[in-house]
Amino acid sequence: MARIDLVDLAHSYLVGDDLPPQAYALKPVSMTWRQGGAYALLGPSGCGKTTLLNIISGIVTPSRGKILFDGRDVTELSTRDRNIAQVFQFPVIYDTMTVRENLAFPLKNRGVPKADIAKRVAEIADLLDLTPNLNRKATRLTADAKQKISLGRGLVRNDVAAILFDEPLTVIDPHLKWELRSKLKALHRALDLTMIYVTHDQTEALTFADTVVVMHDGRVVQSGTPEELFERPAHTFVGYFIGSPGMNVVPAEVKGREALVAGHRVPLARSYDKLPAGKIEIGVRPEFVHVAASAPGLVTGRIERIDDLGRIRFASVRVGDVKFAARVPDGFSPSGDEVALRFEPSRIHVYADSEIVEGSSLEQVA
Amino acid sequence: MDKVVNQKAWFLVLPVFAIVAFSAILPLMTVVNYSVQDTFGNNQFFWNGVGWFKELLDPSSDLGGRFFASLWRNLAFSAIILAIEVPLGIVVALAMPRHGWSVAFCLVIMALPLLIPWNVVGTIWQIFGRPDIGLMGYTLNHLGFNYNYVSNEFDAWATVVVMDVWHWTSLVALLCYAGLKSIPDAYYQAAQIDGASRWAVFKAIQLPKMHRVLLIAVLLRFMDSFMIYTEPFVVTGGGPGNSTTFISIELVKIALGQFDLGKAAALSIVYNLIIIIVCWVFYTVMTNAGAERRPAEGSV
Repeated sequence: MARIDLVDLAHSYLVGDDLPPQAYALKPVSMTWRQGGAYALLGPSGCGKTTLLNIISGIVTPSRGKILFDGRDVTELSTRDRNIAQVFQFPVIYDTMTVRENLAFPLKNRGVPKADIAKRVAEIADLLDLTPNLNRKATRLTADAKQKISLGRGLVRNDVAAILFDEPLTVIDPHLKWELRSKLKALHRALDLTMIYVTHDQTEALTFADTVVVMHDGRVVQSGTPEELFERPAHTFVGYFIGSPGMNVVPAEVKGREALVAGHRVPLARSYDKLPAGKIEIGVRPEFVHVAASAPGLVTGRIERIDDLGRIRFASVRVGDVKFAARVPDGFSPSGDEVALRFEPSRIHVYADSEIVEGSSLEQVA
Repeated sequence: MDKVVNQKAWFLVLPVFAIVAFSAILPLMTVVNYSVQDTFGNNQFFWNGVGWFKELLDPSSDLGGRFFASLWRNLAFSAIILAIEVPLGIVVALAMPRHGWSVAFCLVIMALPLLIPWNVVGTIWQIFGRPDIGLMGYTLNHLGFNYNYVSNEFDAWATVVVMDVWHWTSLVALLCYAGLKSIPDAYYQAAQIDGASRWAVFKAIQLPKMHRVLLIAVLLRFMDSFMIYTEPFVVTGGGPGNSTTFISIELVKIALGQFDLGKAAALSIVYNLIIIIVCWVFYTVMTNAGAERRPAEGSV
């Protein structure tokens, strides 16, 4: 059990001193994973999340920077000496061994006395509901039981600093995914272990973790609770990667307390007087844009499509040459194509070159 | 249930059937025919029943004695080369690089001996081992070893065994290498995390994953070595004495040297049966092992 610090960590799979920034699979990052936290590393394929995970477990040695476990520098330590457990995308089990032997393997390799091994294996098997299968060949079990065995091999060692999961539910049947995920959450609560969970599935990340770290193009773009990611995306990527449909991000001219979008004025809750140079965009989640009947003073557009998601309806509305996803209020049925959009000013964020810009909220407007 | 009857398939099957009959079944039947008859030439045949088989399987007769002697030699030869080639092949496969340009280089080098025709291999070693002009024979003799595969039984055996190891270890190594390459990196990473030693990784991951290709390798090498003819025939001609006369060499001697077609036919059939039975046993073992390995779904 440990706190993990990443200090100015970066990695490139190429070797050399003067590499261009795009050669880095993981761009410089410094962050702290607190002991006992449940973290999710979320991002699309190729964003560097597995690289970061492998650096923490020691499978990959970073090109620069340091990793500290409870303040101790482990950057140069091998995986074996790091007290890390890792569960891989595909279940890794030792084919010729029984479930019991699989669970005992890490302890046997470390020369733990037989009696202690037996006791510990029994405990962990009980925790993971594997007791009835202990004497069966591990190859004969289903994928989810195999994943439990891989997890169990990590848990039997009582000195693990953290458990890393690399998209562990990829090969699990959908109806068992939910079950296994709840099992993980329960284990996290029961064992007070640091868990880091890599996934590209936002549902998995948001339900599992109390802190979600969103990665994009080798960079950590935001780290926060699921609510923070939803309500205040620090980067346009977080906006449209999380949420379904994702955040509306449209080019705009922003002056003071007003944004000009496709010729329409949209009031903002905060004032933006000194904007950095760069591409200016505003972002607002579809949940906070409401379709309304046309009225003077509102942004007007044409409905192209309405998607009924069951308990909620979203319309795709074209305004000039930009498109908005907007919530259709219950009971509202548009008469004709022309509709208006009503924005919640406090939910609109302004982005310069994809990074969020803090406005000054001298007078709070709800 | 109305099944559509389509006799057209026969037109596709018949040519194959005819070719197989002409090239395999008819010649085989001729052999069966010879094995139950005796001939004094001139195309005159006399019925002999199972006489040749009785004689063949009776170690006290001349034919039986020769058969059993060559059978034991053959089994010993197969056992020795398997005992060398399989572990050596595994070691070579483990030592081969897994990434980079050297992979292609190694594969080509490994494949070279497999591409050389049998009798050329025999000729290479026949010359290589000669004490007067052969590099190996000359060197060994000058280092003080009295090596001569023409007159010394042990030297003859050693030469034939080393030649076979040289010729065929690559096959085992390439098969094992294919098996090793199919192991995902995650297994090695997990083993690292579990603190496994090099030996434990081999025992827990690599050997089980090579299990099936190894069975194939053993099967192929057993059959091939059990049927070996060309190389020892070229190198030692079955000598000195009869010390490297394997079944196939004995068979050719009986059939073409003495022209005892009945005895040779009986020997051929028994020889064939041995190989088929061994293959069947191997096949059964392999498929059973495979069935055991298949995970039973929904059996948590």
